[in-house]
Amino acid sequence: MWYFLMSDAFTFGAFLIAYGTTRFATNGWPDPNKVFESFPGLGHGYPLLFVSLMTFILIISSVTMVLAVQAGHNMNKRSVVINLILTIIGGLAFLSCQAWEWTHLHAEHAWWGQNPFLNADGTQSTTNFTNFFFTITGFHGFHVFSGVIINIIMLIMTLSNVFEKRGHYLMIEKAGLYWHFVDLVWVFVFTCFYLI
Amino acid sequence: MEQTAEVTHHEHSGGGTKEIIKVTIWLSVLTVVELGLGFLMMNWPEESFKRHLVKGIIVILMLWKAFFIVAYFMHLKHEIKNMIMTIVVPLLLFVWFIIAFLYDGNSYKNLRNEYDPHKKEQSTIKVEKKEEGEEKPEVKKAVE
Repeated sequence: MWYFLMSDAFTFGAFLIAYGTTRFATNGWPDPNKVFESFPGLGHGYPLLFVSLMTFILIISSVTMVLAVQAGHNMNKRSVVINLILTIIGGLAFLSCQAWEWTHLHAEHAWWGQNPFLNADGTQSTTNFTNFFFTITGFHGFHVFSGVIINIIMLIMTLSNVFEKRGHYLMIEKAGLYWHFVDLVWVFVFTCFYLI
Repeated sequence: MEQTAEVTHHEHSGGGTKEIIKVTIWLSVLTVVELGLGFLMMNWPEESFKRHLVKGIIVILMLWKAFFIVAYFMHLKHEIKNMIMTIVVPLLLFVWFIIAFLYDGNSYKNLRNEYDPHKKEQSTIKVEKKEEGEEKPEVKKAVE
């Protein structure tokens, strides 16, 4: 698992470095605080708020995953089930947030190949900004999605006593590693796209 | 794998829920600080030194968070040393990657600004406030 995660880290790293290189090679860049400033139900003018919500959802779901792994160590099936369900809910909540954000940006005519936003200094921006944003958050969202699927499989296996019979919950530990990795990648994506 | 898992198992039973809660609080605090810095620098001019400084601080906080997640949530810290080394040493390549590529990107920008005045001029034209519904007059720039 660790070595798979390492290869995945290199993929994400390559994406983010490509993004960084392009950004360094471009004269202007849109201000993320102007682009990502909407919150469902509140409208415009709330920069950073929505993405902080997403970040906390992912951190909390990571915590419940740790708790699930730990409950697995103690062979506590009930606690594993509860924490896995919470993790799955967290993952789905994150995905819904991302779906909303993408829909919203798409409604603002931002998509691969089209960038309605101007640079921070008011000059015309390139489509690199949206291309990188959608590709990288999309790739990350896909990881979250597969993580949710894996967790659902783990939940089913736990409920059907597969791990009880096997005598250990090591599978959950591996699923947990994957889930934390997804959270870890978000830490980087979030910083690179929304903060700086 | 079985063996390392065994090791993890024994050592981890020491840490426990307390450690998890501690790390959670750390992660939340660091995120809040990052967001606070984000709000703080929101109205500062884009290319100013203090803005770059704050961005640097945010990157350091980001790495700090990454360390917490990898070390405690993924409990790499409790693995045997050789395992840690096989993971961490290849990742050191990133240090070189990041420096080399960002430096390269920056130098590309400077060279182009110097030798392609037309391009530079194009990138200083401000776009007028866009009107709703109207397609912008495409100042279509070949991206590459």
